[in-house]
Amino acid sequence: MLKIENLHMRFGGVVACNNFNAEIEKGQIVGLIGPNGAGKTTIFNVITGVYRPTAGQIIFSPTGKEQHPLAGLSPDTIAKLGVCRTFQNIRLFGELSVLENVFIGNHLRVKSDVFSTVLRLPHYVAEEKKLYEKSLYLLEKIGLQDTRDEKASSLPYGMQRRLEIARALATNPTLLLLDEPAAGMNPQETRELIQFIREIKQEFDLTIFLIEHHMDVIMEISEKIYVLDHGVLIAEGNPHEIQSNEKVVEAYLGVG
Amino acid sequence: MREKSKTHVTLIILALTILGLFLANRFLDAYQVRIINLSGIYVTLGLSMNLINGMTGMFSLGHAGFMAIGAYTVGILTMPVSMKEMNFFMQPIVPFLAQVEWGFLPALFAAGLIAAFFGVLIGAPVLRLTDDYLAIATLGFAEIIRVVFTNTQSLTNGALGLKGIPNYTNTWWSWGVALITIWFISFLMKGTYGKAFLAIREDEVAARAMGISLFKHKVMSFAFGCFFAGVAGGLMAALLGTIDPNMFRITLTFNILLIVVLGGLGKIGGTVISAVIVTVMMEALRFLDESIDLGFVQLKGIPGMRMVVFSIILIFAVIVREKGLLKRAKGRELTYVKN
Repeated sequence: MLKIENLHMRFGGVVACNNFNAEIEKGQIVGLIGPNGAGKTTIFNVITGVYRPTAGQIIFSPTGKEQHPLAGLSPDTIAKLGVCRTFQNIRLFGELSVLENVFIGNHLRVKSDVFSTVLRLPHYVAEEKKLYEKSLYLLEKIGLQDTRDEKASSLPYGMQRRLEIARALATNPTLLLLDEPAAGMNPQETRELIQFIREIKQEFDLTIFLIEHHMDVIMEISEKIYVLDHGVLIAEGNPHEIQSNEKVVEAYLGVG
Repeated sequence: MREKSKTHVTLIILALTILGLFLANRFLDAYQVRIINLSGIYVTLGLSMNLINGMTGMFSLGHAGFMAIGAYTVGILTMPVSMKEMNFFMQPIVPFLAQVEWGFLPALFAAGLIAAFFGVLIGAPVLRLTDDYLAIATLGFAEIIRVVFTNTQSLTNGALGLKGIPNYTNTWWSWGVALITIWFISFLMKGTYGKAFLAIREDEVAARAMGISLFKHKVMSFAFGCFFAGVAGGLMAALLGTIDPNMFRITLTFNILLIVVLGGLGKIGGTVISAVIVTVMMEALRFLDESIDLGFVQLKGIPGMRMVVFSIILIFAVIVREKGLLKRAKGRELTYVKN
């Protein structure tokens, strides 16, 4: 599904990511962890085209047949290929309604041109109706159907995070990147989130790559975990292997 | 049900507007009808600028330039052949335009299309800039247009301007175009493309991550805005009958910006109402420019005094009602059509 090879990302003299390799297979949930400033979000930014990598390759092959090198493509092109993300510091369209936020996620799949939307030609109206139904369904899925007309920025934090996921789902992704989906959530909300991620993975046939600081979340749902420290991959493996890996313990707790 | 009652309200407003225009044409004098015409034109201008600045979040100050393009297009295309000969006495007009005499409707279309063409031309490189940089670049473009028009003697008649443009604009034209603009922008904003514009305004990074091409949508929004600015410029030319490059100075852009800010960025209803209010007030406050006799003391007239008053109103409006004069209770805005 996604193959990252020898990825380097340098900002001037700062090396945010040094020789990172990873492979994500279809249908997996893969975790990416590491102490603050380890370069996790940078890797997400590189995958989604916010930054162009200094060196290295990212190959995305949604069906296993065609191969798209993502490095150098613009974020919107990458989203159209089927890679969508959420943000660590929530980036909703704050002044717009909850429903509009999800609805906008559909825009990249709209086939009608702009003039048929203005003239409201029958084929567009039919298309739009379907998109609204889909958006409402997604809102129901995340339990926000009653707040559909509220301003997105007026929602509580946890709901905003879920809304971001719903918006990303509206783009019909095959690979979903979640940047700290459980940040700021209480244990109860976190339990619900784990359940929710499993559900959407099943229902929408997703592959999920997530960054998370809540170890219980990552250990419970990931099949494979990559551990990053100072831009360098220090460990990879299943949750059990990671928990007993000395380098990982060292990176998190320091050398005793 | 909600959709249906909304359609009814729209139809009632439409009928009232037509009735109002009919009565106005019948009973008001030429000066008042002219103000109504200007109001209609400013509605179009305000909305076209609001599309660019308020709805897509691009801070553009090039409106006067695009209006100039539209005004000159209509002026040159509709002017009778004999009138052209009289106008262009310094240097004859370029031969391929000398014999041209179009009807008003095709000329208006041409005005919009040429303005939109220049919008795309200038927008493609410039819309990569953001905020104040974009404002400076578009402002510069508008000035360039003005200077070019002052110097292309055989095309625009230079600083002499054009006189004797047929006065096609009446209330039906000015308000017809205004209604079409309202309809166009409302429906545009209701569809997914309009929502994509709003997304760009709200957060460019997130919009791109949702697969919205910034370049394509910004240029699209800019081109639509320029199209209507061009058409409004054409209406203005056919209303006044006389145009010259100095009409299209930066102050004109600021008048429109005043309407947009008072009406509320991103709001259609607010812009329409503020366009009418500002246009009427501009005329009503004319007494401020003249000398005022208070009985015991004579105040000398200061030309431009009403602009000072307007600036003060603007400052207050921005401080007190930063989201525009019209704002419904509970944070619900009179804004783009909600589903």
